[in-house]
Amino acid sequence: MATVDEYVSRIDGTCGKEKDVIVTFKYEKRDEAVKTILGRASLKKSLAGIIFELEFKNHSFRLYSSGKIIFRGVESKSELNAILSALLL
Amino acid sequence: MLNPHDVRKDFPILKRKVNDCPLIYFDNAATTQKPIQVIDAIKDFYENHNANVHRAVHTLSQEASELYEDAHDEVAKFLNAKGTEETVFVRGTTEAINLVAYAWGLHNLKKDDEVVLSMMEHHSNIVPWELVSRTGGFKIKYARVNRDGTLDYASFEKLISKKTKMVCLCHVSNVTGVINDVKRAAVLAHEHGALVLVDGAQSVPHMPVDVKDLDVDFLAFSGHKMLGPMGIGVLYGQRDVLGAMEPFEGGGEMIKDVSFGRRSGRCSIAWNVLPWKFEAGTPSAGDAVGLMEAVRYLKRLGMENVKRHEEKLTTYALSRMQECSEKVEIYGPTDSSSKCGIIPFGVKGLSSHDIALFLDSFGIMVRSGFHCAQPLHELLKLNSSARVSFYVYNTPEEVDKFVEVLEEIGQF
Repeated sequence: MATVDEYVSRIDGTCGKEKDVIVTFKYEKRDEAVKTILGRASLKKSLAGIIFELEFKNHSFRLYSSGKIIFRGVESKSELNAILSALLL
Repeated sequence: MLNPHDVRKDFPILKRKVNDCPLIYFDNAATTQKPIQVIDAIKDFYENHNANVHRAVHTLSQEASELYEDAHDEVAKFLNAKGTEETVFVRGTTEAINLVAYAWGLHNLKKDDEVVLSMMEHHSNIVPWELVSRTGGFKIKYARVNRDGTLDYASFEKLISKKTKMVCLCHVSNVTGVINDVKRAAVLAHEHGALVLVDGAQSVPHMPVDVKDLDVDFLAFSGHKMLGPMGIGVLYGQRDVLGAMEPFEGGGEMIKDVSFGRRSGRCSIAWNVLPWKFEAGTPSAGDAVGLMEAVRYLKRLGMENVKRHEEKLTTYALSRMQECSEKVEIYGPTDSSSKCGIIPFGVKGLSSHDIALFLDSFGIMVRSGFHCAQPLHELLKLNSSARVSFYVYNTPEEVDKFVEVLEEIGQF
């Protein structure tokens, strides 16, 4: 059974009040991950095929074609895992 | 005059591509790239001379020791220090400041004493003092910063009194690139009998720094921000001040004698001479050799030329960025003569990480976040900032590409 770990290379939390969470996909899986997420989340706006502002189950986030996502306001690891599972698996 | 197009030929990494675009490296305030001369010097050390230093009489150890001592000598001359006894090798600026905070601060700062810092300091020049003050009980006072990111000298001067025992100030802000008048700070501090520690992490790599002229007691900086390897840095300390200090860490190398009295059974220890008294354990000799080569490389370029090149590039970048859409905001002063090659900026509606990731898609590396200086960001009312920072291999053409992509982000 596929897991989020198969796609995710790193998860970095930023310091300060904004508390962005940056998810980096594994290089060999990034194109597949980006394509799957673009197929599931609804597009609010995009620029140059590089940055996509998306919405999915009341979560707004930004996806990059280079294989990264920035989430804001995600409270816990389990919440992040649930969103990524729903987006990817 | 420095020609960055010639300089670039020495840097193998600048030939690579990132996300199918030529690499543009604008994150030099975080760490710099390494010329082939430095890479080769480290390789040569491990291929031909590797042995523990100051430990053995065999040929390899003698060669390694000589190289390690030469590295101290090269750095001492680079800073115009009195000699190698004033250049202690450490892991980097952070360790250098911790060394002073613990080895000097713990033994010399008492309850009513005061340490004066500024609010523009990197966390590495705040946290060690805050940590030591929990034990020592002394007070820390912070000088204010003006809205444009420059130091409020009036606030700074008001804080200095007879109670002040140490003044710690960055020479150049790692967020705004603002150059502080540390010479002026040193005069004032010394008039009140205080010592001065300067965080030179963002100045020593970018401009001529003469410790005799500045008349500071301590100067801390990192090798990796000046073309050298990571894991090596320098604490310059005035000979008399270092000589009067207790050691920081204990172990091999930093002692001359360790013996147990036959009758008392007590351990008696005599410290080694400077700078080895502060270099406990096996040092990072290969990295020291890399730093020596980096210093030689910078000396060949000429530090005045390095400064002029960055000033010119910063002036150009600031003028090009000001032409960008209204969404692009430049933080801090926009007069490049009062700052080093660091430009913090933002794009309305986007976080600094969004900006950095968008630029990364075009092979452009910039820093995002707080840059380890959260208090200054809070003071300037910024959630975070993106930051470009230049060095000897950056070109106006790279600035043009960066501005082109920045214009595009503004459309998001």
